[in-house]
Amino acid sequence: MGRMLFAIYVFLLTMTLAVQGQHQQRFPKPEFDSGYVQPQADAPEPRSGTMEWIDVIVLIAALSGGAFFVIWRRSRKGVLWLSVLSLAYFGFFREGCICSVGSLQNIALSLFSDSYAASLNVLAFFILPLVFALLFGRVFCGSVCPLGVLQDLVVLKPVKLPAGLQAALGLFPYLYLGFAVLFAATGTDFIICRYDPFVGIFRLGAPFYMVLLGIGFLLVGIFVARPYCRFVCPYGVLLRWMSYFSQYHLTITPDKCIECRLCADSCPFDAIVPPTGDLSIYSTQKYRRKFLLLLLLVPVFALSGGYLLSHSHSFFARADRTVYLADMLIQNPEMQYSTGNLDIETFMASGKSLGTLAQEAAEIRADFYKGTWILGLFLGLVFGIALLRQVVFRRHDGFSPHKGDCVSCARCFDYCPVTVKNQQKR
Amino acid sequence: MSSDNYINRRAFLNKGFRIGLTAALAGTAGVTLLKLTRKTYVWQIDPFTCTQCGRCQTNCVLPVSAVKCVHAFDLCGYCDLCGGYFKPNANTLSTAAENQLCPTAAITRVFIEDPYFEYTINEELCIGCGKCVKGCTSFGNGSLHLQIRHDICVNCNECAIARVCPSEAISRIPLDEPYVIKGDFTFKNKS
Repeated sequence: MGRMLFAIYVFLLTMTLAVQGQHQQRFPKPEFDSGYVQPQADAPEPRSGTMEWIDVIVLIAALSGGAFFVIWRRSRKGVLWLSVLSLAYFGFFREGCICSVGSLQNIALSLFSDSYAASLNVLAFFILPLVFALLFGRVFCGSVCPLGVLQDLVVLKPVKLPAGLQAALGLFPYLYLGFAVLFAATGTDFIICRYDPFVGIFRLGAPFYMVLLGIGFLLVGIFVARPYCRFVCPYGVLLRWMSYFSQYHLTITPDKCIECRLCADSCPFDAIVPPTGDLSIYSTQKYRRKFLLLLLLVPVFALSGGYLLSHSHSFFARADRTVYLADMLIQNPEMQYSTGNLDIETFMASGKSLGTLAQEAAEIRADFYKGTWILGLFLGLVFGIALLRQVVFRRHDGFSPHKGDCVSCARCFDYCPVTVKNQQKR
Repeated sequence: MSSDNYINRRAFLNKGFRIGLTAALAGTAGVTLLKLTRKTYVWQIDPFTCTQCGRCQTNCVLPVSAVKCVHAFDLCGYCDLCGGYFKPNANTLSTAAENQLCPTAAITRVFIEDPYFEYTINEELCIGCGKCVKGCTSFGNGSLHLQIRHDICVNCNECAIARVCPSEAISRIPLDEPYVIKGDFTFKNKS
């Protein structure tokens, strides 16, 4: 009998413990006599997934439209109206997100991270403008990209920049691209999105620095046409590569250039290359020697770039939150007990050991070591090739767009007096 | 003749680079496709790791944060002395403004039956500061918790709050289950 009672006691005890384990509520939910009905917590639905596909369809339509107006119709008006529609849709309706410029970070993160995978529509936004650039030139920049179009609309008094300055500033996008990929691939930050100057204007509200940056770019953009596209945009680098080797890039004239010079000043982006004339003055021993010297220097630049950057990898790694916190706590152990720093307080409250944190930080730092080596090699190579290009002279006749710099805005068409009879307005 | 050679060589090089770039694009697309997800993601707060630091209020890119307090009524004890509603040193348990913890008076307290009160959140007023959540989690059942509201959230490519969240409670979750609402307490309580 006693044993039986004991068994029942043990059974009840385990039951109560189990129940307590399940309901950790300090105050049990009351049972109401007044017929009170408990409301449901509502959960407003996000934008449905099918809408993402509409974005992709609009993108394809806009890119095709851009190619149509630039290559076939040769119509600035068409490009202008299409670009305004794109600005309205991708800029003000979609509020700047999703965008091809930022998508390169998602792709970078997807390629290097184990936990993140890009979705198909992000891949479409990344790859389609590049494919179109490889075929038709940068129609994305001219007709579709809301960031570019916004700047294009404020080009009022474009000034010609000195060629040297333009070449020097033109190196910055490579730097930006390199660091954007480094930070995205290590899962640290999406700097392109964070410092997107125009998203604040699209959303009609943003942190102060974003709005300031956007208005600054637009003010500069009145005189220096499309400053973000030419001297900042990291996605522009990829588009430039594609467009430079594009199959059916636009031409200023529909037929043979008569070198009338009417179009020479029509491009606000300094992307029209005048005829080179006779280049035989450059084919001297002096230039050959310069070329060879620079060619030998390219790998030197690349290696020293990699060496230099990889030696400062821990500096860049501190952009990562975990590394930053670990560094701070290891260098100043007394800070563990300080109050006022939210990150430290939260870390201490989480019960994680300092050793685990240091381990995590070391792994991220190792990633940064590899990343900065690759980044340094890349930047050195870019710098070397930029120098090399200063002593390479390629002959060509007639005024033609610089296939890399041209954003396919179609402004120059109207300046060309050459017409193709019967073929005009095909 | 030499001029023709020059042009031909250039065309040949151009073609070579074009093929190379196409291959690079296809390669990138292929590698990305290999691990592609069919899902679309949205940002959401895991209420079980959230420490109510208050950065949701200040770090969202929107002028008023897309993070709002959500009330999981299933968990609520309907207490008279609500840790989420009253300041710790409240004089009386009344709806007087000086007693309320919420800086925007976004919580409505309604008497139901003795001794129970219902608390509802007016999301129009809520700024996502998480003060009530801290109160409720510390002194009550934790039925109040923070969630990103998807009718407001613009779904930035990288959530500005996620970047600064000290407990790393914000992550991408699939679009088809866009909320982590506390509710089925026993099921979702990861210990």
